[in-house]
Amino acid sequence: MSDVLGATGLVLNEPLLWEKGQPGRRGFSLPARDVEVSPLGESLACRGPDFPDLSEVDVVRHFTRLSTWNFGVDTGTYPLGSCTMKYNPKINDKQAALPGFSAAHPLLPQELSQGLLRLMFELEHLLAEITGMDAVSLQPAAGAQGELTGMLLIHAYHKSRGRKPSKILVPDTAHGTNPASAALCGYRPVPVASNEQGILSVESVAKAMDDDTAGLMITNPNTLGLFEENLKGIVDLVHARGGLVYGDGANMNAVLGIMDVGCTGLDVLHLNLHKTFSTPHGGGGPGAGPVCVKKHLEPFLPVPRVLEKESKVVLSDNFPQSIGKLHAFYGNVGILIRAYSYIRTMGAANLKRASQLAVLNANYIKERLKTTFHLPFDRPCMHECVFTDKNQEAAKVMTLDIAKRLMDYGFHPPTIYFPLVVHGAIMIEPTETESKDDLDRLIHALQAIAEEAKSNPDLLHQAPTKCKRRRLDEVAAARKPVLAG
Amino acid sequence: MRYLPHTDEEIASMLGVVGAKSLDDLFSAVPPNCRRTRGMNLPEPLSEWDLNRLMENLSITVASAPEYKVYTGAGSYEHYIPQVVPYLLSRSEFVTSYTPYQPEMSQGTLQAIYEYQTLSARLLGMEVSNASMYDGASALAEALLMAIRITRKRRVAISCLVHPLFRRVVQTYLAPTEYEIVELPYLPSGRTDLSSLHNLKDLAALAVQSPNFFGVIEDLKEPADLAHDQGALFITTFTEPLAYGILKSPGSFGADIGCGEGQSLGIPQSFGGPGLGMFTTRMSHVRNMPGRLVGKTVDTEGRQGFVLTLATREQHIRREKATSNICTNNSLCAVAATMYMACLGASGIRELSQLNHDKAEYLKNRLRNAGCKIPFASPTFNEFVVEMPQAFEKTFARLLGEKIVAGLSLKTYYPELNGHYLFCVTETKSKEDMDLLVKELQS
Repeated sequence: MSDVLGATGLVLNEPLLWEKGQPGRRGFSLPARDVEVSPLGESLACRGPDFPDLSEVDVVRHFTRLSTWNFGVDTGTYPLGSCTMKYNPKINDKQAALPGFSAAHPLLPQELSQGLLRLMFELEHLLAEITGMDAVSLQPAAGAQGELTGMLLIHAYHKSRGRKPSKILVPDTAHGTNPASAALCGYRPVPVASNEQGILSVESVAKAMDDDTAGLMITNPNTLGLFEENLKGIVDLVHARGGLVYGDGANMNAVLGIMDVGCTGLDVLHLNLHKTFSTPHGGGGPGAGPVCVKKHLEPFLPVPRVLEKESKVVLSDNFPQSIGKLHAFYGNVGILIRAYSYIRTMGAANLKRASQLAVLNANYIKERLKTTFHLPFDRPCMHECVFTDKNQEAAKVMTLDIAKRLMDYGFHPPTIYFPLVVHGAIMIEPTETESKDDLDRLIHALQAIAEEAKSNPDLLHQAPTKCKRRRLDEVAAARKPVLAG
Repeated sequence: MRYLPHTDEEIASMLGVVGAKSLDDLFSAVPPNCRRTRGMNLPEPLSEWDLNRLMENLSITVASAPEYKVYTGAGSYEHYIPQVVPYLLSRSEFVTSYTPYQPEMSQGTLQAIYEYQTLSARLLGMEVSNASMYDGASALAEALLMAIRITRKRRVAISCLVHPLFRRVVQTYLAPTEYEIVELPYLPSGRTDLSSLHNLKDLAALAVQSPNFFGVIEDLKEPADLAHDQGALFITTFTEPLAYGILKSPGSFGADIGCGEGQSLGIPQSFGGPGLGMFTTRMSHVRNMPGRLVGKTVDTEGRQGFVLTLATREQHIRREKATSNICTNNSLCAVAATMYMACLGASGIRELSQLNHDKAEYLKNRLRNAGCKIPFASPTFNEFVVEMPQAFEKTFARLLGEKIVAGLSLKTYYPELNGHYLFCVTETKSKEDMDLLVKELQS
């Protein structure tokens, strides 16, 4: 392991915030008091929260040390399947921090916020063009909220036609957010099994689809990294029986400039701007999950809508059939600014090339590793590929051990144990921003780990050894939860 | 393209390994009836210089502090953010990582979120906080759904002094499942009128905001008792958590859920998002709580560490039976809030909170002395309602020209309050600024 990325160096310990500091220290510069003290009545006032008093240096060292215990895309390859951990361009963060954007009050008179409204108006149109859909709402604050919005739109559509179906079809490869979002709309999710090729067949959908079914939620490319080749037939069938089809666009990074979502007949699609459009994941948010719809769902989109009137951009609430609001204001505008910057930087040709290279990278990994790890669906994949731990079972090594050992080699592990339809899944999504050198290094590491599994499986069982912490006891954490100090 | 590292030679060699003739060849699985027939019609790519110019030109058209003096709060507050916060928050280990699914290499985020949970719980006087939600509005909607799950009742009561836009979001979340929402009116004092509560049966929750949309500090004892007498959960929501630097906390009044918007805690206003959905409750309700949770544990060598925990509540395990469809949190905003609270400390938050209150009182008194009417007599925090003289709309427009945004007209949200404006004063406004505002109003 002499030339591997993973290495140990000096990493500092750091206590919890409230184990530091001294009463009376201060890390905050208050403006001069230029008005008199006006005491609150005793019935309302209290002594204030029990916070530690820290100096500015205490705070700076604390969070700097914590940050060194983390691993991000800027640290190294982060092939977390289904999460599209591509490079986050720094110039986009700069734009979001411009004073006119970051210090803008959401309820400003509209003539004073034209630049932001214009940006939002244009971003809606860019996303409509990219997907081939007719109208867009930028309001959902995350992918799961985009899904919920999609379900609410479908619910409102049926209601407007006097229908109240109770079920929705969800493929067995779907993210857990799909059935959970459907349940929030009162729909009972009905699982549909994918076929031996890892995709949905028209027949299986036909069997499950009836008059009491609101429609189908479909992720394309699906979570096995496969394109749903029967998509058009499935969509036509659902439509013929009065249903609508919701597309989970979590994996759109595979098909920019290739797929026309509009012409497939999908009625509504959500996008994850923090995946496909490069905005940082921030350790788990904030993201943004705009929804794109066809014409017939446009009247139901969240309000306010962003419209152009006489060369001004205005916000309008005047959509009586709208499902209402998902966010107090307009969604995660700071994220929208970054995604807009990304699209304007990339242009059409580079976006398409990004998808091509994302798919090339995934197929390259699949081909190079398929003799090492069991590949349940040996077909051309899209932006990610799914292996299993079947070949390592004999050595009593599991997916979890492989993932943990990969940390010692200096990589973030892939997504593991998802999708659920594959036992012991190892889901690798390299994204287009990893170079061939980076991929070769990852491949060599995984090959070396597979060798170790045979020769010295204990190395895997004991891993990781180079991180800030060894394996953590998750069972104890859940059994006796300690959630605050 | 600087984000795409592949050389033509590398592409050729990789295609060889894959067994494809060209990049297009990789998409053989995409059937013709799903394909684009034409390219994407997007603007030409911009260089960094051109992008900077474009964005600068857009941003300078937006009114923002310090050039503009904005006296609007209403759920988005202008507070000074110490340079330490954006500086530390830009550490790319925080920014470019994802949800800490692999705790051994995510201890930085995990400890920071554990600290966020702890400080949030302390601020609100509650036992447990989750790792954050999208915003205050969806946090309130999720709180009501949680109360419905716990009590198995279908009706909730919400004060009409809960932020009007929060109530819109609640309506959206509760509409398809047809849970009943009863809105409680307000009293002449500017507090919630609880008198109709006695007649409501089968109540899952009562939600009250404090300080409420009028800036008025609610007496939380009475609604807490009324809710509990009925077997309902008492939910306290807020848009200005800084108030709890000096106000008694929701927990001290017996709130079952304390939730709201945390943007005030070191997060830029950003035209309303991203913000921070804060969500706290009692330990006895923790398994019904939505959202991610970080818990303390030990590693195989017995050293303290942190993990995501109680995942059996969540969608990736429970799917349609989960406590919410939420997947991630607003992690980076939660870390920003932690940094901000750490900078303030106990004495700092008390002092800053008091300063906000006192400055708002100063302007309130000045306006009252200048002949404006203060219609609601109850104590307020850093916002208050003013009944402005006739034809104030013209003055408001004139003041925009002077780069002053003189509050928020309430008639959109409360039609009966035509001519009433909601003013907000934070530590960012000096006495001089406020004197100028009053002078301009009078001229």
